Amino acid sequence: MSILNLNIKVWRQNQNSNKGQFETYQVQANEHMSFLEMLDVLNEQLVREKKDPVAFEHDCREGICGTCSMVINGQPHGPLAATTTCQLHMRFFKDGETIVVEPFRANAFPVIKDLVVDRASFDRIIQSGGFISVNTGQAVDGNSIPIEKNRAEKSFEAAACIGCGACVAACPNGSAMLFTSAKVTHLGLLPQGEVEEDKRVQAMVAQMDKEGFGMCSNIGACEAECPKEIKLENIAFLNRSYMKAVFTGE
Amino acid sequence: MSWLVQFFSSGIGKKIIMSLTGLFLILFLVVHLIGNLQLLKDDGGKAFNLYTEFMVTNPLIKFVSYGLYFFILLHAVLGLLIARFNSNSKGTKYAVQRSPETTWASKNMALLGILILAFLLLHMGDFWFKMKFTDQLDMVTYDDQTVKNLYGRVAVAYQEWWIVAAYLIGLLALSFHLWHGFQSAFQTLGLNHKKYTPAIKGLGKLYAVVVPLAFAIIPVYYYFFMK
Repeated sequence: MSILNLNIKVWRQNQNSNKGQFETYQVQANEHMSFLEMLDVLNEQLVREKKDPVAFEHDCREGICGTCSMVINGQPHGPLAATTTCQLHMRFFKDGETIVVEPFRANAFPVIKDLVVDRASFDRIIQSGGFISVNTGQAVDGNSIPIEKNRAEKSFEAAACIGCGACVAACPNGSAMLFTSAKVTHLGLLPQGEVEEDKRVQAMVAQMDKEGFGMCSNIGACEAECPKEIKLENIAFLNRSYMKAVFTGE
Repeated sequence: MSWLVQFFSSGIGKKIIMSLTGLFLILFLVVHLIGNLQLLKDDGGKAFNLYTEFMVTNPLIKFVSYGLYFFILLHAVLGLLIARFNSNSKGTKYAVQRSPETTWASKNMALLGILILAFLLLHMGDFWFKMKFTDQLDMVTYDDQTVKNLYGRVAVAYQEWWIVAAYLIGLLALSFHLWHGFQSAFQTLGLNHKKYTPAIKGLGKLYAVVVPLAFAIIPVYYYFFMK
């Protein structure tokens, strides 16, 4: 087991209205630690020195909740493909390396403190239409409506989106199209979701615009950085679905 | 009609305008190239001059040309507005810029667009404006038809090294713009499928190289071989 001596250059910002700046700290990390565990070590060190620890978000630490964020050396969730920050291990970094850690950047994701950004704009997009309407009571048998295998798989691939916001963070336009399209595709491909598709897509697109997310230029940075490998095909599906809703729906 | 206004003011709607106008301009480039290749004919400019006379007098072409001017302006103005909006939406830029798996062209469409627009001002100011709105061009008579000698102006312009250089820069910018824009237009229209998307992407790259290169042959040929 080897120990890495690292320089962590991290964004410090007390609150949204304050100006932030980078601070550099020396951290000794074990190569088997996750990136978040390395930050825990840094924070324990800061607390011992009676300094303010670095604020960052985390929850499940097993790559499925979408809470961890941060941009590591210019890439959301760090350099590893299909990996969240919590699943990124320190063995992918070199001894003596300087690692630059920044918060997700987008106007619709304002910084709350240090590496913590407010992603409530995503919640409001979901609230506007990212659901299906069902009656309460006994749960319906999941297999009562047969679903073609291809569709089920495509829908499931889109449903893998954990809503972390790495797509917005990676996008030079601060666009939320990959996230919104994943939700629209996931629900729209299933018979349970198809019935409300027109209403859903229009409401979600309107909310996305209202939140001030940028427009999609098909650059593909979102697809490259997505920890759940959500594909650009979903954005094409969203655009088709939106046009269909506007031109053929009520 | 408010639904239509709402559609075109949405983010997706605006991008669909960019996509449709872009595809129209892509089609225009083919027509423009085929017409202009007549400049390489060794006939003292007869075929080209008769063709330009047809292009400025035919009522159907005139009608389409007004659409063309409108779409160029719409594509340029809306494109710049979108670029400004997107840049504001991003807000603070990262200290470390790293974005593997993306093309330079895709991230610089507005810059490339501005270069193309600057080139268009030079290009249209020199030929289109002089042809349509001034009497600066000499007249030339073929059989019983007297037409403006645009060929003469072109042949003179392409003797200037800086005009040829500006054309090459403009066409290089166009090539990069098309490299991303061609396939991006289809994606925006929702046309992305494993059956045909690889073909669209391949065709887009081919188009982005071949068409600007074919345009570039004309000024280069005149500069070096038509002294």
